[in-house]
Amino acid sequence: MNDKKYTLLEAVNLALHRAMHEDDDVVVLGEDIGVNGGVFRATLGLRDAFGFKRVIDTPLAENMIAGLSIGMAAQGLKPVMEIQFLGFIYPAMDQLVCHAARLRNRTRGRLACPLVVRSPMGAGIRAPEHHSEAVEALFAHIPGLRVVIPSSPARAYGLLLAAIDDPDPVIFLEPTRLYRMNPQPLEDDGRRLPLDSCFTLREGSDLTLVSWGASVHETLQAAAMLAERGISAEVIDVASIKPLDLDTLEASVRKTGRCVIVHEAPKTCGVGAEIAASLYERALLDLHAPIQRVTAPDIPPPLYRLEPYYLPDAGDILAACDAVLNYA
Amino acid sequence: MPHSRIDLPYTRYLDPEGRPLGPLPDWVEDSTHVVGLYRAMQRTRLFDQKVIALQRTGRIGTYASSLGQEAVGAAIGTLLRADDVFLPYYRDSAAQLLRGVSMTEMLFYWGGDERGSRFQAPQAHADFPLCVPIATQALHACGVATAFKIRGEARVALVTCGDGATSKGDFLEALNVAGTWQLPVVFVVNNNQWAISVPRRIQCGAPTLAQKAIGGGFPGEQVDGNDAIAVVERLRLAIDRARHGKGPTVLECITYRLCDHTTADDATRYRSAEEVNQAWQEEPIKRLQKFLVERGWWDEKREQALVADCQAELQQAIDAYEATPAQDPQEVFEHLYASWPAALAEQREQFAERIARREGGADHE
Repeated sequence: MNDKKYTLLEAVNLALHRAMHEDDDVVVLGEDIGVNGGVFRATLGLRDAFGFKRVIDTPLAENMIAGLSIGMAAQGLKPVMEIQFLGFIYPAMDQLVCHAARLRNRTRGRLACPLVVRSPMGAGIRAPEHHSEAVEALFAHIPGLRVVIPSSPARAYGLLLAAIDDPDPVIFLEPTRLYRMNPQPLEDDGRRLPLDSCFTLREGSDLTLVSWGASVHETLQAAAMLAERGISAEVIDVASIKPLDLDTLEASVRKTGRCVIVHEAPKTCGVGAEIAASLYERALLDLHAPIQRVTAPDIPPPLYRLEPYYLPDAGDILAACDAVLNYA
Repeated sequence: MPHSRIDLPYTRYLDPEGRPLGPLPDWVEDSTHVVGLYRAMQRTRLFDQKVIALQRTGRIGTYASSLGQEAVGAAIGTLLRADDVFLPYYRDSAAQLLRGVSMTEMLFYWGGDERGSRFQAPQAHADFPLCVPIATQALHACGVATAFKIRGEARVALVTCGDGATSKGDFLEALNVAGTWQLPVVFVVNNNQWAISVPRRIQCGAPTLAQKAIGGGFPGEQVDGNDAIAVVERLRLAIDRARHGKGPTVLECITYRLCDHTTADDATRYRSAEEVNQAWQEEPIKRLQKFLVERGWWDEKREQALVADCQAELQQAIDAYEATPAQDPQEVFEHLYASWPAALAEQREQFAERIARREGGADHE
């Protein structure tokens, strides 16, 4: 075990190096990802290590990048395409929804689309307009896609490797707010983490806190503050947004009887709604209080001066926990 | 046609009566080649007529006919090599049949069964299924061509679309990347003058659609799409360039959609009978037939034999289509993901219960 600590961004980079080294079919493409190493430097060094044929700077057209990747994937390559910011992915929706998600199904397995879409997501880095979106729910709604959001360097590494291995299209969203936060030791051992599984980050018995992506950070803070008050919170990082590991969530909620869901995406039809509905279907009579959601309001991410108010913080989460704990 | 200020090539070898307008390409001296083209076109038309009849009697769903487009598809189908990749749009029966997609598979597709896009023929195995969202396939072709280029393979991706598709961003984005990377891809635009009810003249302000290639930095040209010899000759050269690292081409084939957009459309709502009658004078099959007859390569007896062969093939295909039971309802889960995610197992169980309930219900009637 080396002592070097890696940020989430470096973990992504490490996984890309590893995947490209292990499998010649893996190609990386997108805007500014080659010579420049990506605007966040997630693809740094790949061009030098693997050459311009496998690390491809594309013209500036997101829909084109997606359509191109689908054609490459149908030919047996494993494209890892980058959309520079999640707020720029909308032109590519047609290709991702109509084709990437359906190619295997509509050919009854004759053609497949082993494609990974990497994109930085989320608010909190004082970025310009359209650079702070959290729209994972748009993709979670689409049959045929997988949606994965890591919340730590180790999970970014293991989940990205698993996403690249996966024979179907995976939307892999990287929270920009975590990119350079909390470096952690990481062994570059190629170990994959399971897709479709939640990660229980902290065990507890009084209530269940469910989150993913950057909000996991504030959720863990809230759990620590609850612990100081003698309240034992279980914290679950959903990680795989689609498909959802409902079994793990259900088991936790049956145990604690109380649940708060935290996400930075807007509330209406957010993934929190899906989780809450599913938990009501499965565990209504084990709940001691209505499930609470702590989310962004239904507004676009404001320009950065008001950004801190937009994002849920630990205090907001604690308030929801109090409501759940004190219910009748 | 508006007058073009950009001098793009326009190629036509035969007039509407099948008479050569000048010297013909050398390969035309090979009668088997030209007769083969004719057979493919006629086979497509007979298939088309039969499928429309099946639709009218409720035996298949909506169908997009290829009536009047047979020369373009026959040229594509005869020129592509087995390991090339064809990315069709939805008016490509002629080319698909030549790629080895079976009539039965095509009936499956239009008859509401995904197995129609499973393509058993080896040469069609990497071909894309026909594409419904307009122009999106142009980008897939660039991706396929990029894969060829990365691997250093002398293979070609050929993609088709209609005139309306050239208005979409996907088409223009595809031309842009194809030109930038000099990809081994050929864009065949079947300009049949109508995008459902919208005529060519209000689709695009450029005098030709082929000239969009200029913006991509590579050649575009027009060809008489009702002249099979002209389409083959120009497409042959475009495919050859692509295969030898000389980059992409847009080939705009000028045709006319003699049919409704699909069986769900009624073209009499937006265009005149006079226009359609006029277009029939230019149609591709009669033209090539006259040429063949004039050369002594075709006659009534051969025609009758061809029609009889095609009818027999069609009947076999229809019998096979109608004798094949629908997929088991649980098959809907089989190919969305390589394997159905365990996390979604509950949905599958609920669907099984739905089926059991409905089948159980039928028993009580």
